[in-house]
Amino acid sequence: MNNNCNICYINELYLKKIEGNIFLHQSIKNKLIFMKDKLIQFIKLYGILPAVVFIFLFSCSPEEKEDSHAVKEEIVEIKREKITEDYAVDPPPFTDGIFPCNDCHAFQKPNPVRRELVEWHDDISFKHDSENRWCLDCHDLKERDSLKLANGRKLDFKESYKLCGQCHGEKYRDWKVGVHGKRTGEWNGKKEYLLCVSCHNPHTPKFKKITPEIPPVRQEDIKLFIKPENTESNEN
Amino acid sequence: MKTDNNRRSFLKNISLATFSTLALSGCNMKEIDEYLQQNFRELTDEEKDEIVKNLGEKYKKRYGKDFHVSYKPAMEGVLFGYALDISRCIGCRKCVTACVKENNQSRDPQIQWIQVLQMEKEKGVDLAHSDVHYNPEKVPEKGYFYFPVQCQQCRNPQCVTVCPAKATWQEKDGIVVVDYNWCIGCRYCMAACPYGARHFNWGEPNIPVEEINTEVHYLGNRPRQKGVVEKCTFCVQRTREGKYPTCVEICPVGARKFGNLLDPESEVRYILDNKRVLVLKQELNTQPKFYYYFG
Repeated sequence: MNNNCNICYINELYLKKIEGNIFLHQSIKNKLIFMKDKLIQFIKLYGILPAVVFIFLFSCSPEEKEDSHAVKEEIVEIKREKITEDYAVDPPPFTDGIFPCNDCHAFQKPNPVRRELVEWHDDISFKHDSENRWCLDCHDLKERDSLKLANGRKLDFKESYKLCGQCHGEKYRDWKVGVHGKRTGEWNGKKEYLLCVSCHNPHTPKFKKITPEIPPVRQEDIKLFIKPENTESNEN
Repeated sequence: MKTDNNRRSFLKNISLATFSTLALSGCNMKEIDEYLQQNFRELTDEEKDEIVKNLGEKYKKRYGKDFHVSYKPAMEGVLFGYALDISRCIGCRKCVTACVKENNQSRDPQIQWIQVLQMEKEKGVDLAHSDVHYNPEKVPEKGYFYFPVQCQQCRNPQCVTVCPAKATWQEKDGIVVVDYNWCIGCRYCMAACPYGARHFNWGEPNIPVEEINTEVHYLGNRPRQKGVVEKCTFCVQRTREGKYPTCVEICPVGARKFGNLLDPESEVRYILDNKRVLVLKQELNTQPKFYYYFG
């Protein structure tokens, strides 16, 4: 299970196998397909020459983009440090892979109507009180790079445990003192915490079943003494 | 008188013969030292240093690896306790394999300090009808729950009471340990333990050299020999260095909790204060420091 996304190099959740050893996050894959479609449309409309110019311009922009990314990183860093003081929480494993959501959502008109998603994010299977809730109960309608609490307060993805804690108060209390969830490190010193979403997929929080390690040898199968060859041949 | 003389001379001769054979055969004096060594609790620190050094050399010779053999004593003001959430355990046995590796348990003949029992939800905690050999494709199975059992680190350990050689005892931090050099292999402790937590080396232990853990404690995971009893020590080599036991660190669902029972801020104390807790075979008055709880 040591597969990384080939674009963002983040391990773990939500990976889709594309081909052979190529793994991508679904959202990145979607984005790539989206860009490819746009490009083909463009070529069909204006011909190949403007497309080349377009690509040339596009390929120049990353520098600029990287700069803006660096600024964002800084802000994120500061926030992370603040949390470290509280609970030493690592950022969730998927954030960088599908972040920032505004890359796509900034160009789309927000649609607050509760509906089943068919075009985008259809890979998300949602089994988390899905009868009563849907995307916008946790995700903010306008500011897509944030989550939101029930009272409307916006929340960074790195503080998602507060969002979970709204409903799962008892678990939240246990988690804060190190009783719910896994802790590693020192029993009387520094511990490493995990976020709720490090173990539970927020859309389908129930754990998937896993394959157990091999069972112990049955007592009657433990062989201490190898029979001398003579006796074996006698038996035969 | 004559017979007495004969016996005396016989004894004299035999002892002479023994020593001369030993001297002639060039027998390693260190081995004799090891054979004549005192009970661990009666050793001075200098003697312990010497023993630990010799052990390191011995292991180096046997396994070709540098060992770090520790005999670190219990910390002050610490009493170790353990809590396991039975509502959370999924029976994956990852703790079992991690424990085997960390504590240098024999692979063949197989010794495992942790046994994960599968029990029917309908019957509740029912040791008699539990199954340790369950092997479905995926766990957890519907209708079953899982109940890992290992040394319960009793406050009133019967294994210690019955040991005729005083080769096993409870340390100040509550861990029951075995001096493998002092154990005579009578297995009384195994008969006395109501949890089946002690295991006997019926054969010479077998560990793949590449998998051997070289961070060892004298009273814990150092390689054992045939004919001695061994048991869970709460990973004494780790916990006395401040780390969690390896089963706590490996558990994928975070069902295992460990800490200092004397520290009111510790995780185990929180569990004792706030959760529904049970100990296994409470009626036997063994007073375990291993608690099962429902999280």
